Amino acid sequence: MSIFINKDSKVIVQGMTGSEGMKHTTRMLASGTQIVGGVNPRKAGTSVEIDGAEIPVFGSVADAMAETGADVSVLFVPPAFTKSAVIEAVDAGMPLAVIITEGVPVADTAEFFSYAQSKGTRLIGPNCPGLITPGQSNVGITPANITGPGKIGLVSKSGTLTYQMMFELRDIGFSTAVGIGGDPIIGTTHIDCLEAFENDPETAAIVMIGEIGGDAEERAAAYIKANVTKPVVGYVAGFEAPEGKTMGHAGAIVSGSAGTAQAKKEALEAAGVKVGKTPTETAELMRQIING
Amino acid sequence: MDLYEYQARDMFEKHGVPVLPGIVAETPAEAKAAAEHLGGGTVVVKAQVKTGGRGKAGGVKLAHSPAEAEAAAAAILGMDIKGHTVHRVMIAAGAKIAEEYYFSVLLDRAERRYLAMCSVEGGMEIEELAVERPEALAKVAVDPQVGIDTAKAQEIVDVANFPEDLKAPVAAVIEKLWAVYANEDATLVEVNPLVRTEDGDIIALDGKVTLDENAAFRHEDHEALEDKAAADPLEAKAKALDLNYVKLDGAVGIIGNGAGLVMSTLDVVAYAGEAHGGVKPANFLDIGGGASAAVMANGLDVILHDPQVKSVFVNVFGGITSCIEVANGIVGALEQLGDEATKPLVVRLDGNSVDEGREILAAANHPLVTIVETMDGAAAKAAELANA
Repeated sequence: MSIFINKDSKVIVQGMTGSEGMKHTTRMLASGTQIVGGVNPRKAGTSVEIDGAEIPVFGSVADAMAETGADVSVLFVPPAFTKSAVIEAVDAGMPLAVIITEGVPVADTAEFFSYAQSKGTRLIGPNCPGLITPGQSNVGITPANITGPGKIGLVSKSGTLTYQMMFELRDIGFSTAVGIGGDPIIGTTHIDCLEAFENDPETAAIVMIGEIGGDAEERAAAYIKANVTKPVVGYVAGFEAPEGKTMGHAGAIVSGSAGTAQAKKEALEAAGVKVGKTPTETAELMRQIING
Repeated sequence: MDLYEYQARDMFEKHGVPVLPGIVAETPAEAKAAAEHLGGGTVVVKAQVKTGGRGKAGGVKLAHSPAEAEAAAAAILGMDIKGHTVHRVMIAAGAKIAEEYYFSVLLDRAERRYLAMCSVEGGMEIEELAVERPEALAKVAVDPQVGIDTAKAQEIVDVANFPEDLKAPVAAVIEKLWAVYANEDATLVEVNPLVRTEDGDIIALDGKVTLDENAAFRHEDHEALEDKAAADPLEAKAKALDLNYVKLDGAVGIIGNGAGLVMSTLDVVAYAGEAHGGVKPANFLDIGGGASAAVMANGLDVILHDPQVKSVFVNVFGGITSCIEVANGIVGALEQLGDEATKPLVVRLDGNSVDEGREILAAANHPLVTIVETMDGAAAKAAELANA
């Protein structure tokens, strides 16, 4: 097993025919993902050839689902059109929509998240690398060749820290690695992933990567203390971030005394989570747990 | 982006929120003229800074004549308030205040919706009120699909316990403040105080607005609100090059890819620096995903022009970004700088095309460049070089 996606996941790409969409559709196909179609109302009925595979283009998400049985959509749609694209996926009854797009206005995210929640679509992102179940399915932009399948589950706000941690622990491998994104409002949280990993028999231990801003890590710490029996190691980025400055991710900001890395680290440690000072040290803590 | 009070005032006015006349001034003479323009009576001279507590710091003065306004402006302009130098004052018409209230609407990250907060006890810092008299602060959840409509505004004034005769007029102002929040893509609209004057008018006396920069593409007028003059010159240069850069105070220049990895790099350098005289990172610089050699070279150019930088740490984990581009960017930038480049560079590359990237650097064999294989090892080396 794994969480959210596996070898049977049938994936469509909203925004496939754009340059980012084409580049990453090619990479997803190369890493074994079942890409069953793309969506572009202006190119409905055509198809795109990628490395010898013919990928049909549908006029709508609903058409694509009806024709292919797709159960995951990944979005490479520019920020101005992301809201309508997500709402289209939700209206079609898509179970999971993964929003890679960076720069979505937070009011749009607030609105489409609320809508998706009311209709039962899980969103991951926006502003995220997506997720990968190594050897089975790769939905988003995570490099598939860093490491293979294994028993660690990973959840992170950051893309490159996800890659770094997968690289550090490439000798052990991952059940699923989820990049949940660095925006102030995201569809799937640390807690959602912790819950899913706790219930996934193939995940033996969990790495949780957080960063400054908001209180998602503090909430996750409380959740871990009450609900997670599997070992969790943590890493928090942003100790050196000054107050009031956005550090790259729209959500990565210390406001007054709220959202500091120190507070997050302390909350995690109080919940029994071992927190590394560097990504490498964090990986070493995980290695000790796995190797006993 | 946080707005100045005078910008918030103008934005309120645009959306029909009742405000008092106010004119911004950058010199005492302008302040005097503004006071005259407002009728020559009593005005308030208010420092325009993006931080709280200006009243306590002496940044707000009452003036009973244009001459007094001029003197007040002379005293306030140039003042330092919590590290912010005052470059502008707002001359605001005086008001006869009967009562002070509080209202804000903001993004509730944890609940993934909006939160309206309102109190009949305004004026004091809201953080203090929330701690000292939490029962006096109404907190009302706002559904992003609905916003603050008439019914929600009514709910807010009910929960906040406004007297019956004030509920309708305050709710009407709250609906207009919601228009500011929604139509301008704000993430915070705060009015403290919202006042009732002796004449019975409800007026937003002081406003704080934070705008969502991700929404700038649908608000062409927002760019003009940016205070370009107040920006750090290196930050301004980086911004013009479309780089995600934040200036810090240390000596190790940092370049990396991905916000999380770069934040982590700052921390790892500071941690390594504990053994090297306490050196700290000099900046945050994220070249982003899939960066080209040109982007890398631009980043390096900004950092090498920071006089505080003594060494540079380039930390890249190539996901989409190719280490070939990063290596070519480094070699190209150093070639262009020639003798101007004098600061040592520590480079750690991993991931996409790492072998080719390292080969490019090895072949260039630049005397300033050291390749270190691990992130922690490279941080230690960069810290050591900055402390040499």
